Amino acid sequence: VTADSVVLTSVDEVLKWGRTNSLWPLTFGLACCAIEMMATGAADYDLERFGCGVFRATPRQADLMIVAGTVTLKMASRIRTLYEQMPDPKWVISMGSCSNKGGPYWHEGYHVLKGVDRVVPVDVYVPGCPPRPETLLEAVMVLQKKIRVQEPVLKPFGFFGKQA
Amino acid sequence: MTQRLSFEELHQKLTQKFPGAILEKTDTKPDPSLKVDPAKIHDVVQYMRDELQFESLSNLNGIDYPALPALAVIYHLRSYKNGLVAALKVYLPREEAPKVRSLCDLYKSANWMEREAYDLFGIHFEGHPDQRRIFMPPDWVGAPLRKDYVTPDYYNGMPVPLYFTDPADSASKEGAH
Repeated sequence: VTADSVVLTSVDEVLKWGRTNSLWPLTFGLACCAIEMMATGAADYDLERFGCGVFRATPRQADLMIVAGTVTLKMASRIRTLYEQMPDPKWVISMGSCSNKGGPYWHEGYHVLKGVDRVVPVDVYVPGCPPRPETLLEAVMVLQKKIRVQEPVLKPFGFFGKQA
Repeated sequence: MTQRLSFEELHQKLTQKFPGAILEKTDTKPDPSLKVDPAKIHDVVQYMRDELQFESLSNLNGIDYPALPALAVIYHLRSYKNGLVAALKVYLPREEAPKVRSLCDLYKSANWMEREAYDLFGIHFEGHPDQRRIFMPPDWVGAPLRKDYVTPDYYNGMPVPLYFTDPADSASKEGAH
């Protein structure tokens, strides 16, 4: 490949490639899983290598929500509000047993939401209590694969097909 | 070095100062405890703070005894000068809103701990400056750490139990798991 080379691809592929490699997570931690999430973002594991390290302090600039920790019923409505404030397209990673299905509070926890998927749609579930940073890295890569193969960014219309 | 106070001496002093207020002495390990008349708890603690160098209220709990039946409040008073931790227990009737006098005017640390006991056990502290729930949402119903507490099916439209079937559509999904 030289300086005057030409690469042929579709607009859709370029947009998906851009989305895949510029995931901006929301700075958002609820419990001990957040410590692992911070470790994943820090120098040793370096989430930035995978294009997913720009933790944003406001939902309006984020497109990935990592629900890291126990979701109490008191927090659940706030999570829903944060999710609705994120611009489309947006994805959710449910990190750890607590946000997957209630974790150790699955039976006696009167105060814990039994799974964050009861308030927001979840793309990737990460098992573990808490998951190691490698597991969260794997989840990010699974999510990136999902974004790459998801439905087209630009909906086909005109002579390519019916308008979606 | 000043004379250190033992738990036996504390019991004697309190019994002399407040006849009839100390109902029972229990020699449990590690912290022996005194059962105190709920009406006198504020006076007893004030005397211990002012005269017996109990500088700190290090802990305040609620306990539910459905068998007695009673609700208890346990105060752990710590004296650094005497090297002594004294546990005082107050037994209250097990009803909707049992009342005991607040210790917020004696120890600032009582504020949040009494709010916790109010939140989780429904014990009301008279004279508390800010009697609100501290953990649970403000619109929560009931005292969750009471033994007869029943977890609600819904909170704010969100189902609470793990294995939840909506009664509205359970008929249509009969037997489907």
